[in-house]
Amino acid sequence: MSAALDQFPAAAANPAASPRIDTPLIEIRDVRKEFGHVIALAGVSLTVRAGEVLCLLGDNGAGKSTLIKTLSGVHRPTSGSFMVDGKPAAFSGPRDALNAGIATVFQDLAMIPLMSVTRNFFMGREPTRGVWPFRRVDFKQCRDVTHAEMRRIGIDVRDPDQAVGTLSGGERQCVAIARAVYFGAKVLILDEPTSALGVAQTSMVLKYINLVKSRGLGVIFITHNVRHAYAVGDSFTVLNRGRTLGTYRKDEIAMDALQTLMAGGKELQDLSSELGGTV
Amino acid sequence: MPHGRAGMSAARQNGAEAATLATPPAKAQDERLRRSSPFAALLRRPELGAIGGLVLVLVFFGITANSAMFTLNGLMTVLNPSAQLGIMGVAAALLMIGGEFDLSIGSMVAFAGLVLGVLMIQLHLPLLVAVLGTLVVAALVGAVNGQLVIRTRLPSFIVTLAFLFILRGLSLVGLKLATGGSTQMRGFHPLVEASSLAPFFSGNAFGGVFRFLAAHHVIESLPDGSPAAPGVPIAVVWFVLITALATWVLLRTKLGNWIFASGGDANAARNSGVPVDLVKTGLFMVTACSAALVAVLTVFDAGSTDAMRGLQKEFQAVIAAVIGGCLLTGGYGSAIGAFFGSIIFGIVSIGLTYTSFDSDWFQVFLGAMLLVAVIFNNGLRRRVTGER
Repeated sequence: MSAALDQFPAAAANPAASPRIDTPLIEIRDVRKEFGHVIALAGVSLTVRAGEVLCLLGDNGAGKSTLIKTLSGVHRPTSGSFMVDGKPAAFSGPRDALNAGIATVFQDLAMIPLMSVTRNFFMGREPTRGVWPFRRVDFKQCRDVTHAEMRRIGIDVRDPDQAVGTLSGGERQCVAIARAVYFGAKVLILDEPTSALGVAQTSMVLKYINLVKSRGLGVIFITHNVRHAYAVGDSFTVLNRGRTLGTYRKDEIAMDALQTLMAGGKELQDLSSELGGTV
Repeated sequence: MPHGRAGMSAARQNGAEAATLATPPAKAQDERLRRSSPFAALLRRPELGAIGGLVLVLVFFGITANSAMFTLNGLMTVLNPSAQLGIMGVAAALLMIGGEFDLSIGSMVAFAGLVLGVLMIQLHLPLLVAVLGTLVVAALVGAVNGQLVIRTRLPSFIVTLAFLFILRGLSLVGLKLATGGSTQMRGFHPLVEASSLAPFFSGNAFGGVFRFLAAHHVIESLPDGSPAAPGVPIAVVWFVLITALATWVLLRTKLGNWIFASGGDANAARNSGVPVDLVKTGLFMVTACSAALVAVLTVFDAGSTDAMRGLQKEFQAVIAAVIGGCLLTGGYGSAIGAFFGSIIFGIVSIGLTYTSFDSDWFQVFLGAMLLVAVIFNNGLRRRVTGER
């Protein structure tokens, strides 16, 4: 990992990780979120620390999406405490969360296939030069930064002016993560980044998550694939029906136990034995 | 990333040994990737189709048309209608790249003519005030179009189709009310001639240069020594300036990036902090203003306005934009492409009168051109995005 670290100096836009390692970047306690009569979150607690990957596991309908949206400022929790850097946070929108250093990479990646990698990378945050009315985007800087960032990820072989549509799914995911990191994220929320990827591409993304972690960022990695979670995770929080079933450090729980816990126990074990232990 | 993986990890290890290096020294070259040549980069440009089309059209008329078409005077005759369409075509292209349509711009030409007539002839306002007032009214209508599209989330096709009829009807009714029953309003010429700002909106530019060149026999002159072409029609000057500005905005500015983003995927753009609704509303205002500018130029040229002005111009502007490489789905296209698309349009519409063909073939030609352009653009998009 030290080799990777050497190749991954902190970008100018990204301040060094918080010196107070013991203060969690994000800590939520008993967060509830209700939409009218629907209780989407019925008491969720989790803690994200700098330089750690927290895997958020849960089957469909467990409340993962609501939780992400709450953390990224889209929803406000109905009750419960939400601390960022040890201070209570009250986000009124995604912008606030972003300004607090919480960046979410949603499944659609917020990337536009017809636009070049460079234009996507700086979309909405274009650096400009010159005075109005001749103010223009500093495309040279954009291109250099994008090229350097892509090279760190290992997709240096191509041209930053090519359309994002020509990148593979794994590459797109990595570019989206690189963009969030470059623009100063302290906590990255990755929404099922490996769900539609093949083996090689998944390993590319997982490697990159490891690299991001080693830079001192906190990562919340949402997945329903226990193997992917176990590969990079430091701790695991399991969600079920809007509630945290528990949080375990890697040395506290085995992969099988995690799988069973995530699926809600017995039913899956039955199914698994029916299918000859392949699930 | 299946390709280049081995090479990359090798590069990483090199990096470990030579930790002082900021970046991996060896570039992992993917053997499956062809080096992209300047030619391949050219093939990815959206204007390519329009330039190809222009060459084809020029070859066709070079063979079939009377040589008078290819004199300087003939060129200006072709460029004037190109420009009158192209000013709207370029704006329509920006709007299409931004992911929306405006079918009301043809009717907007007539409506803006009515507004201009009321301000100038009936309210006796000075030329500049009347022109600015007309642009403001157009911008307001554009903003209404935009806000309706954004708030109702209806396709802009439907909303602006409604305005195609509303504005045309208002032009008819308004002109009849203003003139006491006529759908035409005359009497602009004396007012225009009296204004010192008239040269910006009517007549020809660079007349002096043309006279100088004719006197020195660089360009063709009439028997009395004056140039055969009196100058560059002012609409052409506007057309070139607007195309240059639109191209600069699209390719070099923040706003340009936002236009591409809004049209490419409005949701993704919004999630990245692009003010999509503002961009789209602004684009609707720009297209409406472009139609108003065309109204000003054509009304001052003809000295009158008519409720049937700009009929079908909305479709022709869209055709020019599509020939110029704009995708109907948004997010891709160019202003220069629309520029060439409009010139193709002018060449075909005027050029047929220089040939022995019936000039009514024009519409057939236009339709065929549109079809070819759309099919070509779809192929282009696949090439750009790597879809298979």
